[in-house]
Amino acid sequence: MTTTVESPELIEPEEPGGPDAHGPDAHGPDSHEHGGGHAEHGPTGLLKWLTSTDHKVIGKSYMITSLVTFFISGCMAIVIRLQLANPTSSLVNFQTYNELFTMHGSLMLYLFAGPFAFGGLANYIVPLQVGAPDMAFPRLNALSYWLYLGGASMMTLSFLVAGGAASFGWVAYAPLSNSINSPGTGTDMWLMSLALTGFSAIFTGVNLVATIFYLRAPGMTMFRVPIFSWNMLVTGILILIAFPVLFGAVVLLFCDRHFGTHIFSVQGGGVPVLWQHLFWFFGHPEVYILALPYFGIVTDVIPVFSRKPLFGYRGMVFATLSIAALSTGVWAHHMFTTGVVLLPFFSLLSYLIAIPTGIKFFNWIGTMWGGQISFQTPMLFSVGFLFAFLMGGVTGVLLASPPVDFMTHDTYFVVAHFHQVLIGTTVFAGFAGFYFWYPKMFGRMLNETLGKLHFWLLFIGFWVTFIPQYIVGLKGMPRRVADYLSGNGWTGLNQLSTVGAIIIFTSFLFFLVNLVHSWRKPVPAGDNPWDGHALEWFTSSPPPHHNFTHLPPIRSERPVWDYNHPEHRKDESHGDKRHREHDEEPVGASA
Amino acid sequence: MRVSGTFLLTIGIFFGIIGLFYWFTAYEDAGFVMLIGSALLGILPGGYYLWWSLRMRPLEGDDADADMSDGAGVIDAFPGSSIWPFLLGMGALFATMTFIFGLWLAPIAAALGLSAVIGGVVESRRGGTV
Repeated sequence: MTTTVESPELIEPEEPGGPDAHGPDAHGPDSHEHGGGHAEHGPTGLLKWLTSTDHKVIGKSYMITSLVTFFISGCMAIVIRLQLANPTSSLVNFQTYNELFTMHGSLMLYLFAGPFAFGGLANYIVPLQVGAPDMAFPRLNALSYWLYLGGASMMTLSFLVAGGAASFGWVAYAPLSNSINSPGTGTDMWLMSLALTGFSAIFTGVNLVATIFYLRAPGMTMFRVPIFSWNMLVTGILILIAFPVLFGAVVLLFCDRHFGTHIFSVQGGGVPVLWQHLFWFFGHPEVYILALPYFGIVTDVIPVFSRKPLFGYRGMVFATLSIAALSTGVWAHHMFTTGVVLLPFFSLLSYLIAIPTGIKFFNWIGTMWGGQISFQTPMLFSVGFLFAFLMGGVTGVLLASPPVDFMTHDTYFVVAHFHQVLIGTTVFAGFAGFYFWYPKMFGRMLNETLGKLHFWLLFIGFWVTFIPQYIVGLKGMPRRVADYLSGNGWTGLNQLSTVGAIIIFTSFLFFLVNLVHSWRKPVPAGDNPWDGHALEWFTSSPPPHHNFTHLPPIRSERPVWDYNHPEHRKDESHGDKRHREHDEEPVGASA
Repeated sequence: MRVSGTFLLTIGIFFGIIGLFYWFTAYEDAGFVMLIGSALLGILPGGYYLWWSLRMRPLEGDDADADMSDGAGVIDAFPGSSIWPFLLGMGALFATMTFIFGLWLAPIAAALGLSAVIGGVVESRRGGTV
């Protein structure tokens, strides 16, 4: 059913120090009023899921699907680590091992990390943050999810076909991925699932860009948009740059495999290294398509739990833009050892990325500095992200140096580096966002004790898993090997890494218990349990259909804080009255 | 609009400069083409937006002093539910499976895809559920 949506009404704040100016539900209209006049009509149950074009339903569908792939892929990681725990292990055969590490990487990168952020959290949160009733193109949004679900199912089910799943690594280098070296239906399913999920991502990118450019509420200028939404805008543009190249490369490879072309084969006059150029022109922006949304989450979480405005808002925006721009010019730092790329160009641009990333770190720390920090679960995960990503980033700077890369390429040092980068972002920051916005999405709190147990086990397991991998990599252990000799001296470090992986796996059991606990014994969240800053905290939890009936005046990048704390309001049109807010009462769950 | 246009144009100009620099240092075709493609991706829509932004009144979202009353009225028509995206997605899934498992799946893909396209267009024109 198509409904015409009218703009929300303005609701003015109470006088400073008014009786209801503080606290989670202190912004005037209660939940019933929010829902008034915007009751949802249409199908219910399964038909609602199949037909909904509501960004919140689609966002939750994305999150559930991507978390399922995350757990499947995590189980694969455990099998991989158990196989490597002992030399000459025979837990799985070599072919199965190759399929496992290929699908572990593919599921994590293509089906979890990106879709969880730009399909799940962004879909749910961005329209709320900019004060929009929905995404700009709701039906295109729904199509994105169905393409993603189709692609995800196809890739995951490729284990079941004759010949098994794809087994050439998530990067599918030619000529290993051609029809002679990788025959079988599993490879074709892998390629086609990339085509489907690629289009899904492109459509989501279009939606994000259009929503943030054109559906912002009155007064929500670009430099008042919360940083999470800013980062999703930049991510959307990166998606539009990177994913069409991946789709083109996949089509060309499929043509090589089935239609007799020789684009990537030397025998027919083709160039195998062209695949690497095409793949990494997608692949390196993809790293930042995965990272920027999570930077945005942390940037929104840290000020709320430090009870301070974000330090250096504009610096954050320009750092995001710089990272995105540079990320598209560094693709061949993955190809240093091919010997056919311009080393100084790619090395220099790779080094330059450290500058805007350093600015972000400085601003995150600057935001916490002098703040009244409360280490609730989302904040713990955010601080964990800072440590994890710092280590991954520093080793990334090392790898931007061609001589170091020549020594460590295709060793476990690289495996440790990118796992620290990606787990730092997608898992630590991702779950910071999940714990942060779960009350908004479901109207109930997650348990703090279980959340903290989840964090600490994950944090300990993370270092125990990956620090040994750096060392074993420097000792010469190559990646993508299913066994090694006991005389290599790699056994102890591998066993330590396996113990760490099991600790990480255990931490997620606490997460699952937490979810079940919150559904069996719900603790109502209230509209604004964290005393949040952005517009998503102004509506009810969960928000009504089309999100808002009232909105506060938008005069800064944190309108809900201004509304709830008029005594500290920063009104840009009447000069900057920025105050330190360290004397506020801590706000917990309204329940 | 003006900020959006400037933002996209800046991206385009950046990639244009990087692309030209890359060509005259690396002389490598694939990367050059992709960088210039990225430049056009910024310049074409960015130029279009900027051209329009000079000819229309600013959006309420771009006005720092705008209140909700400035944007009063209908925002747009939003579909609350629609089955056609699901059918189109399944049509696309069957279309890709046609390439893997054979042409016998093509009629299913075509039926799903065509019905979804027709249904979606009719739904848009009628402004309601079809």
